[in-house]
Amino acid sequence: MIKFLRSFLLLDLLEGLWVTFRHQSPSQIETEQYPSERPAVSERYRGAPRLNVHPETQETLCISCNLCAVACPENLIVVGSVRNPETKRKDLVTFTYDLSRCMFCGLCEDACPVDALELTQDFEIASYTREGLIWDRQALEEGPRPTQYRQ
Amino acid sequence: MTALDSNEMVLNMGPQHPSTHGVLRIVLKLDGERVTSTDCIIGYLHRGVEKIAENRTYVQFAPYVDRMDYLAAVSNGLGYCLAVEKLMNAVATPRAQAVRVILTELNRIASHLLWLGTHALDIGAITPLFYTLREREAVLKIFENYCGARLTTHAFRIGGLQYELYDGFEKEVESFCGQFLAKVDEYEELLSGNRIWRERLRGVGVIDAETCKRYGVTGPVLRAAGVAWDLRKAQPYSGYEQYEFDVPTRTSGDTLDRYFVRLDEMRQSVRIIQQAVANIPTGPIMAKIAKVVKPPVGEAYVSIEAPKGELGYYIVSDGTTHPYRLRVRPPSFVNLQALGHMAQGALVADVVAIIGTIDIVLGEVDR
Repeated sequence: MIKFLRSFLLLDLLEGLWVTFRHQSPSQIETEQYPSERPAVSERYRGAPRLNVHPETQETLCISCNLCAVACPENLIVVGSVRNPETKRKDLVTFTYDLSRCMFCGLCEDACPVDALELTQDFEIASYTREGLIWDRQALEEGPRPTQYRQ
Repeated sequence: MTALDSNEMVLNMGPQHPSTHGVLRIVLKLDGERVTSTDCIIGYLHRGVEKIAENRTYVQFAPYVDRMDYLAAVSNGLGYCLAVEKLMNAVATPRAQAVRVILTELNRIASHLLWLGTHALDIGAITPLFYTLREREAVLKIFENYCGARLTTHAFRIGGLQYELYDGFEKEVESFCGQFLAKVDEYEELLSGNRIWRERLRGVGVIDAETCKRYGVTGPVLRAAGVAWDLRKAQPYSGYEQYEFDVPTRTSGDTLDRYFVRLDEMRQSVRIIQQAVANIPTGPIMAKIAKVVKPPVGEAYVSIEAPKGELGYYIVSDGTTHPYRLRVRPPSFVNLQALGHMAQGALVADVVAIIGTIDIVLGEVDR
């Protein structure tokens, strides 16, 4: 009789639905509304690279030591520099970073002695072409260009 | 392939079958609904990781190991770092060891959660997937806050850690542990109490302890057969001897028992994390090792208890900055050998359950 009532009143179904309803509270929902809401990535996130410049003089911080290129497992960084005859230092001319082969391990930014090369929090690096992923010095110094979405 | 009987049929399962968890192809020989033999064809995801190692320095190779078992990248990193440290006669600092234990145990929980969700999905229970992935999200968020990546973490370095703990790490881990045990009970409520789930899994893919040992099967599959073999207890590494935990075992070695063993392992992981996070030693996070990693001539084998079983790294050094030879003993690859034994005489539908219960990751099988 009890068994009949249970099945007649769909109690098992309600029990199952109770689990579903228990998980409806907004604090338990993890879904991100991505294009309209940008996810907050952590401070240490390893995303698109940036070559930092001095905030006032706009001069590059890079000292052309080539340590990042040596540290990179995929050999995707090429640093071009010329020796300045007056200061006896190397001046940065070109800096190429091939993002299409990058695996964002962070070894290059660990190697940088002057915090010039940095992996930023930008993650929107898609490109229509493979060549578009090879960033030159200008693209690296401009830094991340987050896509703006209309509300 | 040998000739077929008149009543035998060959069925190709994979490499694009969603329940093979990757690009695994299994040639099933069937007699009606019964499987008479299985033939695994692997290599679709082969990237030659061991060869890549010979062309990279020790430091440069560390990110690549994350890409083998990508669901347990932290465990892979720990195994590799321990192997190189053994080669160099270096030991990580106590603080680094404690943090390593916390992160690898969190990774074990994340790996088991993904296994539980997808395995239940294979069997037909769709609900747990959403809940397990939500809890896994909390773990991945801790990884992202700590080292800047969620999946291929590259969290550890040879000799210790690269990153110092962030503010609020302990609180985040503790709050995760505090609410996680209730969640495991909830999965139990959803699955263990479900008659369909129990009847569907009991007696499927049985493997006994002797056969497990013959095949070299390790991890939860071995423990579900009744062997209390856990490398964290048997050969403690990275300070596991300081923590109190049990090795969950079951006796019948079927799919249902492997499910119970993994659930219990998640609970034990929480115990370890709670003990470790309660007193993280202070001090440096990096041991004093040479900046250029150049181990002396020699060889070293280190194995750790990864979520899927014994994960071993065997490195031969010729005294240069590059490994002379590196060999990985992946748990998934070895455990997959037992599939033929477990699937012998099973129904076709059970093969899906058996593959799921071995918990393979094809990135690790093919390397």
